[in-house]
Amino acid sequence: MKFLDEFRAPESCRRLLERIRAAASREWTIMEVCGGQTHGLLRYGIDQELGGCVRLVHGPGCPVCVTPLESIDFAITLARRDDTLLASFGDMLRVPGSRESLLQVRAATGNVRVVYSPLDAVTLAQKTPDKQIVFFAVGFETTTPATALAVQQASRLGLKNFSLLVSHVRVLPAMELLAGDPGNGINGFLAAGHVCTVGGFDTYEEFTARYKLPVVVTGFEPVDLLTGILECVEQLERHEATVANCYSRSARREGNRAALSLIDAIYEPCDRPWRGLGVVPMGGMRLRAEWAEWDAQRRFQQEMPPVAEPAECRSGEVLTGRIKPPDCECFATRCTPESPLGAPMVSAEGACAAYYRYALARRDPRTR
Amino acid sequence: MSGSLSGFACPAPDAGGDKITLAHGEGGRLMRRLIQQTVLPRLGNEALNSLGDAAILQTANSRLAVSTDSYVVSPLFFPGGDIGKLAVFGTVNDLAVSGAKPLAISLAMIVEEGLPLETLERVLASVASAAAQVGVPIVTGDTKVVPRHAADSLFLNTTGIGEVFFPIPGPDGLCEGDEILVTGPVGRHGMAVMTCREGLEFNPAPTSDCAPLLDAVTALQQSGLPVRAMRDATRGGLAAVLHEWAQSSRLTMAVQEAQVPVTDEVRGACELLGLDPIHVANEGTMVVAVAPGAGEAAVKVLRRVPHCEGASRIGQAIMGGIAPVVVRRVFGPEIPLDEPLGAPLPRIC
Repeated sequence: MKFLDEFRAPESCRRLLERIRAAASREWTIMEVCGGQTHGLLRYGIDQELGGCVRLVHGPGCPVCVTPLESIDFAITLARRDDTLLASFGDMLRVPGSRESLLQVRAATGNVRVVYSPLDAVTLAQKTPDKQIVFFAVGFETTTPATALAVQQASRLGLKNFSLLVSHVRVLPAMELLAGDPGNGINGFLAAGHVCTVGGFDTYEEFTARYKLPVVVTGFEPVDLLTGILECVEQLERHEATVANCYSRSARREGNRAALSLIDAIYEPCDRPWRGLGVVPMGGMRLRAEWAEWDAQRRFQQEMPPVAEPAECRSGEVLTGRIKPPDCECFATRCTPESPLGAPMVSAEGACAAYYRYALARRDPRTR
Repeated sequence: MSGSLSGFACPAPDAGGDKITLAHGEGGRLMRRLIQQTVLPRLGNEALNSLGDAAILQTANSRLAVSTDSYVVSPLFFPGGDIGKLAVFGTVNDLAVSGAKPLAISLAMIVEEGLPLETLERVLASVASAAAQVGVPIVTGDTKVVPRHAADSLFLNTTGIGEVFFPIPGPDGLCEGDEILVTGPVGRHGMAVMTCREGLEFNPAPTSDCAPLLDAVTALQQSGLPVRAMRDATRGGLAAVLHEWAQSSRLTMAVQEAQVPVTDEVRGACELLGLDPIHVANEGTMVVAVAPGAGEAAVKVLRRVPHCEGASRIGQAIMGGIAPVVVRRVFGPEIPLDEPLGAPLPRIC
């Protein structure tokens, strides 16, 4: 299949692996920011292949994982109302709230709908005038333009029964939080290629200058991942720290201007709590004042009271690369995809889910 | 800025959950657990406990296979099939992979009030044509109409009875070195229904593989090849069958991803939605295990059967693997293949 097979070509992968091994004079610690990259790395066992040259630590770039517990509980509260339908990306459904998940609420009330695009939620609002439709707007810069478009569309249609529960996050402020933490041990970053496709990577230049850490814009297929890692290792060996684009088939320095101006028209940056990380300064997006009537929180006049999180789940340490999922005592014992303690175990991009799916046997070798 | 980066936590949710969720019906680990912990303790017996596609009953002079299945697919009509065709072939296939030729099937209909008569007629025409194709009569039936919203337009149940003509050992009899085959590209049915139901416009759209497997089973029987196990890879897809076989045989099922046939349409749709075709449902594709060395010959036999031209040898049963099911991707080391939990949920980005 075009645009896929060439980025999974076994020969190219092997050559890149050899070049990385040859280039690395020591073991470098590189954080891949995006959970999609984490899954790619584990799916192909790239982390194992690079043992000794590169230690890959997994970053916070999983929108499902960092959506605060309060937002999930609020979404659940809405889905429990008789007059409301909560529309969400499928991925959010298994994530545990403080008492239950949206999947459990769907079983109990039927008021949860999986949609593939925020615009489908607008259509749902048109077709269901007797219900309030709330779209659970989660995700990084990759999904923000689409939810901005949904608000515009709903406004154009004059819908009175559509709103957004906004939990959008921005990736660069979280990277700054991590890079500014003296104990992080990170030598370089693989930035998320699709986020850069929307947002560009000119904004990373100041980051590399300040923290003296290379940032390589990287895709998700094995060849993409290995190319990004090679570039990062070569920079580190040369004592350089620049922004490099290894996802040039999609990402441009200035990003997607149309998408960015759409985001800017509807949203503005704000401080936002990330599950596992705490409040990330300017780490989120909120609707601008002139679009506030589309804000579900305002419409339903409800505060999201902070929910205290008991100490058993160590997802915060996982999301900041401090530990790997198998280092958590609960991993694959008290915390499994059927009965998760935290979001990283159930999200399609969660690091714990990736280890459970692809690497469980490494920790617990079976002999039969 | 928040103070420190340590000591974050997530809550301990209500672990159990006292309600049935959709995931309990989706052919994965949750469903297996429901059957083993809730159904079997109450209803278990020798025939049921084997949890095969069909129960095998020994009579005075023959072995009979009995199988039942309910069909609740939405939408009723999808690219490559419809609920009527599915209801006939689904039950015929459960009998076929048990080595049985269907003698007769029943048809029960649960109809939601308000269903257009024309829709019912179309479905019945499809049932009739599918039954004629495999030469099995519908010998008994039942019709219930329920109030609006008590069912989703139309549910069907078929029960089939067949005579075993090809007794095979089954997954308990799998041995080290046995070769594993599939009879065609995987994931077509699940992607056809999902893209149709959700109005995702792929061009060309994935079509269901909905088809009878009786000819394929008959061809294998006539070839005289040493077949060890057969299973149609319905809910949970190829991965669910491999996990069941690993559990029954205590062996590791080792699969080469590059050998697993997938059509371009299914692959494209799966890539876009973040799904693995190995986990997606089929309705006319089975997994076959044959004794060591018989794989190539079995593939040749199957490829001559209409609808099985895409048959492929995908791996083998090995001793002492790192996990119950392992997959070697196009590159890199062997990686465990997880058992599907429930129906796959599309990712965010």
